[in-house]
Amino acid sequence: MPRKKTKREASGRAVATIVVMRLYIANDAPNSVRAVANLEAICKEHLKDKFKLEIIDVLETPLRALADGILVTPSLTKVSPSPAAKIVGNLSDKRSVLHALGIVEPVE
Amino acid sequence: MSGKKAAVPKILPKIATGIPGFDELSHGGLPRYRTSLLRGGPGSGKTVFALQSLVNAIRQRQEAGIFVAFEENTRQIIANAASFDWGLPALARNKLFFLDAKLSPDVVKSGEFDLSGMLAMLKAKKEEIGAKWIVFDGIDVLLTLLQNPLAEMREIYRIRDWLTDNEVNAAIITAKIHEGSSEAVNYGFLQFMVDCVVRFERRLEYGVALHRIEITKYRGSDFVAGEFPVSFGPSGMEVGAPEPAEIRQVASGERVSAGFERLDTMLGGGLFRGSSTLITGVPGTSKTTLAGKFAEAACRRGERTLFVSFDESADRIALNLTSVGINLKTHVKSGMLRMYSSRTETIGAEDHLVRLKSLIREHRPRCMVIDPISAIAKAGGIAAARAVANRFIYLAKDEKITVLVTAINEGDEPETEATDLQISTIADTWIHLSYLIRSGERNRALTIIKSRGTWHSNQVRELVLGAAGPVLADVYTAGGEVLMGTLRWEKESEEKAKTVQRRAEFDHKRHELQAAEADTRARIGALQQDLERQRLELSMYSSDNEARIVSSSDREKELRRIRSADPAGRAAAGTGSSLAKRRASDGSGKRIKKEARDAA
Repeated sequence: MPRKKTKREASGRAVATIVVMRLYIANDAPNSVRAVANLEAICKEHLKDKFKLEIIDVLETPLRALADGILVTPSLTKVSPSPAAKIVGNLSDKRSVLHALGIVEPVE
Repeated sequence: MSGKKAAVPKILPKIATGIPGFDELSHGGLPRYRTSLLRGGPGSGKTVFALQSLVNAIRQRQEAGIFVAFEENTRQIIANAASFDWGLPALARNKLFFLDAKLSPDVVKSGEFDLSGMLAMLKAKKEEIGAKWIVFDGIDVLLTLLQNPLAEMREIYRIRDWLTDNEVNAAIITAKIHEGSSEAVNYGFLQFMVDCVVRFERRLEYGVALHRIEITKYRGSDFVAGEFPVSFGPSGMEVGAPEPAEIRQVASGERVSAGFERLDTMLGGGLFRGSSTLITGVPGTSKTTLAGKFAEAACRRGERTLFVSFDESADRIALNLTSVGINLKTHVKSGMLRMYSSRTETIGAEDHLVRLKSLIREHRPRCMVIDPISAIAKAGGIAAARAVANRFIYLAKDEKITVLVTAINEGDEPETEATDLQISTIADTWIHLSYLIRSGERNRALTIIKSRGTWHSNQVRELVLGAAGPVLADVYTAGGEVLMGTLRWEKESEEKAKTVQRRAEFDHKRHELQAAEADTRARIGALQQDLERQRLELSMYSSDNEARIVSSSDREKELRRIRSADPAGRAAAGTGSSLAKRRASDGSGKRIKKEARDAA
């Protein structure tokens, strides 16, 4: 079973390379807290250790977030591999997150 | 918020937007340290208002600003504002920060989000550039993305709290809010949380877009209620606020020609410099000709003149006026005269005003003609046109321009004009042209209805157009009316015939009198001769009588002598010698002889 899954993931190119992401949050704002939890769950389930996540607290480094083109919080950006993607919200809609990150969800 | 309000002094501090007209309407601008909401449909001018306020704050008070654009990106906004002379790209480099807050369509939405991050970024940026103004443009776009009325409410609260914590001189929120829309609950709250609400409207009237503005709420302050026209010119938006009650124009006693001498005479010497003149009349009463004559006279005096004509091309007018001896083309060539013509249906009355203003700025005229000003009422309703006409005349007065406007009035009664543009009350001089139809003729008549501060003729005069220009005919009155056309001609001819007749009669009488005089003179001569003769006779008679009286006294002496016993012979001898003397001259000797005899 694990072999088969690996094959499918390989065809989905998801774990072939490391996914680099940045999550912009507003400290402990409810949506931000929820987003961190949701993202961690997704990564654990679909990316194992093949990801690199940077969590940026906009309240601490607002000008950097501004330079990064962030508007609302929470915001998740996929830096690599291309294509780049941007997701806003608390990431409660898992399907749309996976789709945006280019991770093909297992059938079933 | 309420605690803060209690600390506010009685006079609410305000901050000027620098938008012409709005600061007058709001008695000073937007509430300082507070939030104002600009609401209205798309294209109603909210963004321009907000941006212009920011630009003015930077240019006039060096106050930096932040513009958060939820609806359009920075590039679009700068491009849209390029038609205004704000120099926005230069300002955007240092004093004005644009935040592109438009979520790209590529952005995937997954669950709820909020503005806490954005507000933190704005706070940092505000502190970095020292921003004193902030604009949230198109907040409705953001709220729509939240897709949840509760979330919307929450974010509105968040913004309010942020604004309270991060005091700025003024915050402006713009939102597309339509009356009775489904989002009314939250927008109601939005209106509640701000201290000032300005409603913007763009509507079509007779196919012309008209912009309106209205202050619907101003917490703790008085404001001018009602809807006011908005126009867009090269310097941005302008609100047609009612003119200040105080009229500042300085009256001039200098007279300028109204066009030709006889009209000046009727006006007691001409028009006052900087005054406004209204010429009304039905079509064809030669309003344009009088206006052209006025313009030509001004150019001849060397005064820069602006001739604005509506619905007829400048060329056509110049050509038409050539036929009555008015030459405008020479002055156009020399640059003294600027002719501008514009169609009236295509743009609103407000835009005409803006164009006229820029024409005045460019040409700097001392005299100006608008022919006919009533044409601006064609596009977009009478109320706007009325306001514009009034403002235009006040503008000309402020600029000390002697202005002459014409207005077409339907019907022949000048009073009907009062229901039209109502400019007759603010014009200093009002000349009415009409047709008088009598004995099968139409003749142009000119009346001066009023002329402020000067004597003017009260007579209805006939206006005759000749190859040398308009002329006021001599006045002939009959039966209490001024005669015109053929009747005047007849009267003139009659007067001429009478003169000839009078002259003939006079000559005849003179001859008669001369003859009579000669006759009298002759008679006087004859009488004089008689007189001379009679005089001579009289003098002769007088001396003879003297002699007679003397001799008679001698005789008495003689008689006395004789009676006192003198010899008769002696007496006879004495008397004899005197008698002989007497006989030679007079026939009275006989009587004396007899007496002598009796005595003897």
